[in-house]
Amino acid sequence: MDFLAPFIEVYTPEHFKFLLEGFGVTLKVAAISIVLSFIIGGLIGTLRYARIPVVSPLLAVIVETIRNLPLLLIIFFTYFALPEIGIEMEITTAAIAALTVFESAMLSEIIRSGLNSIHKGQIEAGRASGLNYNQTLRYIILPQALRRMVPPIVSQFISLLKDTSLAVVIALPDLLHNGQIIYAQKGSYVIPVFIIVALMYFIVNYALSLVARRLELKQS
Amino acid sequence: MLDFSILTTNMDSFLEGLKITIIASLIALLGSFILGTLLAVMRISPFKPLNWLGTAYVEFIRNIPVLVIVFFAYLAGNFGGMTAGTIGLTIYTAAFIAEAIRAGIMSVPKGQMEAARSTGLTYGQAMRIVILPQAIKIVIPPLGNQFINLVKNSSLLAVVAGGDLMYQGDLISAKTYVTFDTYVFVALFYLILTIPLSLGVGYLEKRLARSN
Repeated sequence: MDFLAPFIEVYTPEHFKFLLEGFGVTLKVAAISIVLSFIIGGLIGTLRYARIPVVSPLLAVIVETIRNLPLLLIIFFTYFALPEIGIEMEITTAAIAALTVFESAMLSEIIRSGLNSIHKGQIEAGRASGLNYNQTLRYIILPQALRRMVPPIVSQFISLLKDTSLAVVIALPDLLHNGQIIYAQKGSYVIPVFIIVALMYFIVNYALSLVARRLELKQS
Repeated sequence: MLDFSILTTNMDSFLEGLKITIIASLIALLGSFILGTLLAVMRISPFKPLNWLGTAYVEFIRNIPVLVIVFFAYLAGNFGGMTAGTIGLTIYTAAFIAEAIRAGIMSVPKGQMEAARSTGLTYGQAMRIVILPQAIKIVIPPLGNQFINLVKNSSLLAVVAGGDLMYQGDLISAKTYVTFDTYVFVALFYLILTIPLSLGVGYLEKRLARSN
């Protein structure tokens, strides 16, 4: 019964409330970051797809550099190094900025490959019917590509929710961070707190992954 | 301009960190390949309890943050930062490798197994001699991508004082008070590792796509 004692001790309504508050921060930061990175990533993906001289290759270099760096480094860099050149942000803003930079690069690849998956003949047909390039992209290519992009974008959102936990290194008061505060009280709290924190992440992410899977099935 | 004296005076620390990043990534790759293969085989096994156990592992681990696993390995086990970090990375990456391998095996046509079994091979032999060699070709690019993720995720060792590149960078920036330049050098070291891997995976993907 000694093993169970810490579970009973630590699973109090106050602690649950505290963890849910942290999870609220996780969800908020992840939601803002996904919206911002969808806009920025969408723009970058489309510009790369359009193969504009100088711009597209330059974006390719930036995207590949960011994609090949650890997110933890980008978070540290945003919060600790940028103030050295005069860019100072508070914790939540820094977390959102770092996540947005990283996830924009990831999403731009999803969007670019979604656009590439639409048959080239569709562009020709659009142009032949008198639309200009932008109109073709907007009315013909994007609507088709967007439908194909939804499942990978949902998967990317799951990654983002998980990645948000890395912002504990700059003390973002998210789910993992609040968990740390609780288990720091007593050594025996570690296992029960990790179980509940892991379950919270799992339930939301698993539900999202089921949505992604259903969307994928619908399309095939 | 970057202060290159940060790089030259701390070269030993950077290289020590690079070494630990590489070692931890390689050990975790090997460990998660073994564990991942086992999980993949469990998930395609007709024996229900094994199947269920493999599925539970993969679905649970894939849907929680790797940092939660690394912290847990560090706090719940009695290990140093590097060992705990490597164990955490292995547990996490194994779930993704299992999925890559399972998808590879599933993509081999069912008729291949039937044909192999009808020539008198056992299930294990058919798997080993007929199915797996074909599946490996499909599995290599996603495994490469997992290895790149692994190298990037190994930076989490820094959070449990694992002595890796990111950790050394933190120490150097705390010592020199020059954070910006130090992190730029750390980033360059990571890119030296990950860019060739990315190019290699891209090349393999293209080649395999052509050969099909």
